[in-house]
Amino acid sequence: MAKRIEVSDLNIYYGNFRAVEGVNVSIEPRSITALIGPSGCGKSTFLRSINRMHEVIPGARVEGKVVMDGVDLYGADADPVDVRRQIGMVFQRPNPFPTMSIYDNVAAGMRLNNKRMKKADLDDLVERSLKGANLWNEVKDRLDRPGSGLSGGQQQRLCIARAIAVEPDVLLMDEPCSALDPISTLAIEDLMTQLKERFTIVIVTHNMQQAARVSESTGFFNLNGVGQPGRLIEFNPTEKIFSNPEQKATEDYISGRFG
Amino acid sequence: MTATRIPSEPGAAKPVRRPGDRIFAGSAKASGILILVILAGVAAFLVAEALPALTAPAEDVPGGEGLTRYIGPLVFGTLLSAVIALVVATPLAVAIALFITHYAPRRLAQGLGYVVDLLAAIPSIVYGFWGIAWLAPKLVPFYQWLEDDLGFIPLFAGPTSSTGRTMLTAGLVLAIMILPIISALSREVFTQVPALHKEAALALGATRWEMIKIAVLPYGKSGIIGGAMLGLGRALGETMAVALVLSVSGGITFNLITSGNPSTVAANIALEFPESSGLDVNTLIASGLALFLITLAVNMLARWIVNRRADFSGAN
Repeated sequence: MAKRIEVSDLNIYYGNFRAVEGVNVSIEPRSITALIGPSGCGKSTFLRSINRMHEVIPGARVEGKVVMDGVDLYGADADPVDVRRQIGMVFQRPNPFPTMSIYDNVAAGMRLNNKRMKKADLDDLVERSLKGANLWNEVKDRLDRPGSGLSGGQQQRLCIARAIAVEPDVLLMDEPCSALDPISTLAIEDLMTQLKERFTIVIVTHNMQQAARVSESTGFFNLNGVGQPGRLIEFNPTEKIFSNPEQKATEDYISGRFG
Repeated sequence: MTATRIPSEPGAAKPVRRPGDRIFAGSAKASGILILVILAGVAAFLVAEALPALTAPAEDVPGGEGLTRYIGPLVFGTLLSAVIALVVATPLAVAIALFITHYAPRRLAQGLGYVVDLLAAIPSIVYGFWGIAWLAPKLVPFYQWLEDDLGFIPLFAGPTSSTGRTMLTAGLVLAIMILPIISALSREVFTQVPALHKEAALALGATRWEMIKIAVLPYGKSGIIGGAMLGLGRALGETMAVALVLSVSGGITFNLITSGNPSTVAANIALEFPESSGLDVNTLIASGLALFLITLAVNMLARWIVNRRADFSGAN
């Protein structure tokens, strides 16, 4: 079930360093939201703060609110483990568990959530998730082989299958195609447009054509200089960002006249 | 600029060999061969020196009942003490390594790491003294309790040794001695688990312990096994600590808390060798050969266990 995310006055810190400041944004359900911007501008940091993966790094913390369907994810009684079960994540580099088979990789999340599950149900879930990630036909004969034996693009789709197997509300993708060739990238983009029927998708990308191709809304992050915090400069429908952006900085960035 | 031209004349296709590469390749190869030569030399020495004992009539061998009857209890004692050490030390060492790498605050972790490593620097004779003078007497009431309440288990049948110098004490002293080896190797592999895999687990909604279970321990398995095997090697060959702690009399028994224990190969050699001559020496060397073969078999077994699921090791 896709859910809406409201972010208000979000500041993100690494120790004393303020990496991102003053983010206010509303992320729509059943749509793809793209985050673009130069390296080091805090878009990945912002993405990781949505499912509280940010705080995995020692000293990292957050001020402000991230509210998903009325529940503050940083509220006093919010458990980061529960947050991450509702908000799945796909990383920049494909990271299937190398010690697990393809089958076990997909089943891993469900085994964490729900220890006792009938074998038939689990088989069903694995097949459904792999089909959902457009990977089933390629791996159905070798589900017991290690996931690390697949190609990069297949591994990334395996990671997507693993993330959607637990039926999250939101799917975060941190440059999911940056390590992939154009054909694998296309496969992932097609997959994203299918998945947005069921999930809220937020994707960080360096590829502006990708943002333009797949997303409904786009946010542009930028920073004034090294050591300064990153800020969300503009958040608008993708069409508007790429045809008639409100901010000069956005226009400069997307047209390549950066700096 | 045009593409670099590749020489096409036949005979000129010899690959360039740089002196640095050749020196390095040569010295690496020489070191590898040297290891094999030393190993073969040791094996040849053991076999040659053990041969008189292997071929001697049974009544000439010390004990007068043949070589197997002499070496059997020693091998049994060696394996039993080493297995006790391994069973006690491995879970403890892995737990210490996990605590240091994943639970302890950074400053405490560093200090604790040093302290555990320091355990490896203590000479084995000191462990032996510590075992005989401090640990063994302290364990006597515990052994008494084991006998009284768990005596129905053959391991704890008793009667309890009044000195505490039992097989279990020897095993525990060995456990402490091999603890730093296993924990250092485990710690090393646990810190090398890629952040990517740990984040993959956390992003699925794993708790810290679940993350350790699905990402850290499987990845570190080969390191844990490697550490355990190194530790086992040390426990099998440990001489002084066992020679001091273990009170020896009698043969094969699984009763861990009595004073009648089989000795171990290494301790027995250390204790008997100064007094021996002639065939007795050959017999002791034959027992050394047995220990050599055991160590070899253990290492091959460990390698086989690690390689069985090499595809899933995470090394690719």
